[in-house]
Amino acid sequence: MLKLPIYLDYSATTPVDPRVADKMIPYLVEKFGNPASRSHAFGWETETAVEEARAEVAKLVNADPKEIVWTSGATESNNLALKGAANFYAGKGKHLVTVKTEHKAVLDTCRELERLGFEVTYLDVKEDGLLDLEVFKAALRPDTIVVSVMLVNNEIGVIQPIAEIGEICRAKGIVLHVDAAQATGKVAIDLTALKVDLMSFSAHKTYGPKGVGALYVRRKPRIRLAAQMHGGGHERGFRSGTLATHQIVGMGEAFRLARLEMGAENERVRMLRDRLLKGLSDIEHVYVNGDMEQRVPHNLNISFAYVEGESLLMAIKDLAVSSGSACTSASLEPSYVLRALGREDELAHSSIRFTLGRFTTEEEVDYAIRLLHDKIGRLRELSPLWEMVQEGVDLSTVQWAAH
Amino acid sequence: MAYSVKVLDHYENPRNVGSFGNEEEGVATGMVGAPACGDVMKLQIKVGKGGVIEDAKFKTYGCGSAIASSSLVTEWVKGKTVEQALDIKNTQIAEELALPPVKIHCSILAEDAIKAAVADYKKKHAEQAVP
Ligand SMILES: Cc1ncc(COP(=O)(O)O)c(C=O)c1O
Repeated sequence: MLKLPIYLDYSATTPVDPRVADKMIPYLVEKFGNPASRSHAFGWETETAVEEARAEVAKLVNADPKEIVWTSGATESNNLALKGAANFYAGKGKHLVTVKTEHKAVLDTCRELERLGFEVTYLDVKEDGLLDLEVFKAALRPDTIVVSVMLVNNEIGVIQPIAEIGEICRAKGIVLHVDAAQATGKVAIDLTALKVDLMSFSAHKTYGPKGVGALYVRRKPRIRLAAQMHGGGHERGFRSGTLATHQIVGMGEAFRLARLEMGAENERVRMLRDRLLKGLSDIEHVYVNGDMEQRVPHNLNISFAYVEGESLLMAIKDLAVSSGSACTSASLEPSYVLRALGREDELAHSSIRFTLGRFTTEEEVDYAIRLLHDKIGRLRELSPLWEMVQEGVDLSTVQWAAH
Repeated sequence: MAYSVKVLDHYENPRNVGSFGNEEEGVATGMVGAPACGDVMKLQIKVGKGGVIEDAKFKTYGCGSAIASSSLVTEWVKGKTVEQALDIKNTQIAEELALPPVKIHCSILAEDAIKAAVADYKKKHAEQAVP
């Protein structure tokens, strides 16, 4: 039996894998020691667990465990990386480079750095959502100290050319930060090969618990950061605060499973995503947002032209998905990511993000396809734009009474 | 976003969806909003003798509240004279549908649609009056 609503929003968050939850639970009641307690077995036990988890996180991305710093999530990791590096290297320059399609945890941190006197360049992307390397190179200046580019975009799932960006930054001695919150368990990451200096991770996008993440801080060549959280000097001074053992154990187990199962899981998810795309592609005027090749298999972001996103969400309330139209958040602004692709606002307002994952089934995908066919038809019957297009009117020539 | 029962009702069962031919006797059209803003409303009225609105139809591209506001307005204008229709205020629409503050613009747009349709009627009517 199909259970409704169907969860197709794995990029917002994932359920904790039951195997992960099982591993976490003993660390709440029985194994509750503070991993920083050096004087008794309660602390030794949890310190061992924390270090095992650290080793698992490091292993997924081919890093040294000593390069992993625990945080509360990718938001904190991004803050620590950008503020920490900008402040530490401020003597070398005041300029940072990032991209307009980054997550708010990067963009808003950059805004804060601007208020503190740094200068930030926000790069445009190409129509496919990818960064143009020539545009990137041209933006670098002698006083550029930090670059931040995400590995996988949260809205459109495209994979940025991090390997090339790493080479360019390393040659110029610029610190490269990569937000990999959406990438773990979806793309292979090898930090011995990639010239990335700082990388942010989150557990809850990869079947781990919410509220825990990590920052990779390269040791060779050594990257320095100004700490943002002061206190007991935990995590070698990078991030003070008693470690959340159960969360950390969960993240370790989640990343271990991701390492073991990524290959098979990606193939299965790709098959489902392609099935979804195929099932929707016979609807007229549907457009995929973002490149289809340089993209994780989990993501399908589609604009259904002439149907407004929020009313579509209402019509497909049996599907838990998200909309590129931020109408719901009172701002009436269409998604800034789709805008950065140069999508007309109308198509940005009409977009839906489907993100599939570990527990998505073929049956669920087929249900989604049927529902969408039905509801898109109904909403287009209601749409004056659809009517005009059917009558041959070119909407771009219409004088709208904008309000 | 939680919708009121009335918004849901109009959204699920919109009243008077459709279009009149623009050349039909007494038909006037008001089209307001813009695709880039995320909502466009088309309200058509069919005005009979004595300036009474005999029928109304709408099509709306927009969120559920926008669809509900325009659906409601088609019900309200019927049987009113064009002058009486102009008395319908967005606050009444918002109140009837229990729109939250972020959706007040939908009711404003519906009021604008009435004004635009009536203006179109008056324009056509004036043209007809001077053959
Ligand atoms: C690309 C990206 N970066 C950062 C975050 C924030 O992660 P967290 O929820 O762990 O703070 C998210 C999640 O929304 C994300 O998708």
